Amino acid sequence: MPWPTIIVFLLPALALYVVFLLIPIVLSTRYSLYAWNGFGPLEDFVGLDNFQQAFSDARFRSALWHNAVIVIFSLVIQLPAALALAMLLNAKLRGRAVMRTVFFAPYVLSEVVTGVVWRQILRPDGLLDQSMQGVGLGGWTQGWLSDPDVVLYALFFIISWKYFGFHMILMLAGLQQIPGELKEAASIDGANAWTTFRYVTLPLLMPTVRVSLFLSVIGALQIFDLVWVTTKGGPIGASSTMSTFLYDRFRDSRFGYASAVSIIIFGFSLVVALLYQRFALRRDLEGAGAGV
Amino acid sequence: MPVSDLALRPSRPDTAGDDSLRSYRLRRRALRVLLYATAFVTMAIVIIPLTFSVLGGFRDSQQLSADPVGLPSPWVFDNYTTLLKSGSFWRQVWNSTFVALLTTLFVLPAASLSAFVLARYKFRGRELVYGLFTLGLLFPVAVAILPLFIVLRQVGLLSNPLGVALPQAAFGLPLSIVIMRPFFQAIPQSLQDAARIDGCGPLRFYWYVMLPLSRPVLSTIAVISIVGSWNAFLLPLLVLIDPNQHTLPIGVNNISSQFSTDYSVVLAYTTLSMIPALIFYALAERQIIGGLTNGAVKE
Repeated sequence: MPWPTIIVFLLPALALYVVFLLIPIVLSTRYSLYAWNGFGPLEDFVGLDNFQQAFSDARFRSALWHNAVIVIFSLVIQLPAALALAMLLNAKLRGRAVMRTVFFAPYVLSEVVTGVVWRQILRPDGLLDQSMQGVGLGGWTQGWLSDPDVVLYALFFIISWKYFGFHMILMLAGLQQIPGELKEAASIDGANAWTTFRYVTLPLLMPTVRVSLFLSVIGALQIFDLVWVTTKGGPIGASSTMSTFLYDRFRDSRFGYASAVSIIIFGFSLVVALLYQRFALRRDLEGAGAGV
Repeated sequence: MPVSDLALRPSRPDTAGDDSLRSYRLRRRALRVLLYATAFVTMAIVIIPLTFSVLGGFRDSQQLSADPVGLPSPWVFDNYTTLLKSGSFWRQVWNSTFVALLTTLFVLPAASLSAFVLARYKFRGRELVYGLFTLGLLFPVAVAILPLFIVLRQVGLLSNPLGVALPQAAFGLPLSIVIMRPFFQAIPQSLQDAARIDGCGPLRFYWYVMLPLSRPVLSTIAVISIVGSWNAFLLPLLVLIDPNQHTLPIGVNNISSQFSTDYSVVLAYTTLSMIPALIFYALAERQIIGGLTNGAVKE
């Protein structure tokens, strides 16, 4: 195919992509080297000071730590739970079509709706508190979203509520690609449920698990909307993430500093993506001979 | 024997002795009870917040603070009827719909044309272009928001629905192309050869052969981009400054900070705003789930 034709086909997407994605990345990189309030010329070149400042800023460091907590909890709690539910849906249970529809529904709702509804449920003396009092657990109620020691965990629960269905669906699709004969054979050879899972299902599911893992880590590093709507990163920054920190600096008109933070988030994501590419994708492609 | 649930079933004992068979059946029944219980609890965790929101809209704010648990008594319809009669709510529904359709209108042709050449033709730098597109997966709107805002200000797209739709289309390209390319690659080469022999150029092949064959993946991309746009928060919040242009998520967010004492109004608003999304999901479940799993599992 001649070059002009190829270029014509690629042009609409490339134009959109360059204007609204690549130029912003380049601009971010540039702004990150300046102290700038968003108006007037870029004059005050500060080199890497913004980056240095970010990593020595206690607020940024705690935001980074919160992202790390969300990443770790997602991997240790959310993904195994999603896998368990995917296996549940893969078993012949009555009503599993309805279950699948319901489990996935939160993923379709907007972050704003999710955040607003959960804020109402978790507010002091709200639905959760009164329900707990009703069953005699009144002593266990917390300032779910107002206690700095609790808020991050409450937030993680909301995040899981919103996103577990997505990972569950991915893993369900992966499970359904595993030929039933393999499990049958394992069962005939005397493998019990656990050994079948450990030595047949899980290894064959690993490519899907790795995709899920990758998307989950990236999502946790970048999470913004849900956190912002639910807690605005508060109280006193106890549920801030790198993205809410970035947005706060944007609102302070510290554009240079905010740009440095966005480059840092991008950098983290890139490292995760490269690790994934290096360790997972190649192996998955070798194993599966898949199209891409 | 149903094969698919073998992994979740205790293995059948080798000896067919009565006792062990009974204990096998018992364990199997226990397992099923456990599975149903898990399913039930999960369903409850998903459904309770949604029900709470729907019912909350039928209470007044006193009821909501005094007793948020049971059914409303008496049922209050004012919250919903007032909203349904208000012009601003419907304007937001329309704005959300308009921006979602506009986004889809940009992303579908742009993504499919690119995915088409990236899938069907060999040229130098092809993988580079593809890699460039996938890089976008790492740079979501929330992270790019600051320079994006500056670009939009520069080209005069603030307070303009295009200022939301065009960037959303751009940020939708990576996922769309990643989902479409393997689909396009799977269409047999012989079709393309036959078309070429019959004198059909790339554009006509794309239009008359590829697109009609790709309806499932096209509708998946359409649905994903509509849902994504419908739910978008940060970009519309910053770009659509004029209240007449606000979309539903902005409306919900505003009302929840404005009426921070009248929770029942907030819940009624929230409920009404999630109904279109849930209806759309019910209609397009197959496209949404199918598209997401195809893209990710094949990738």
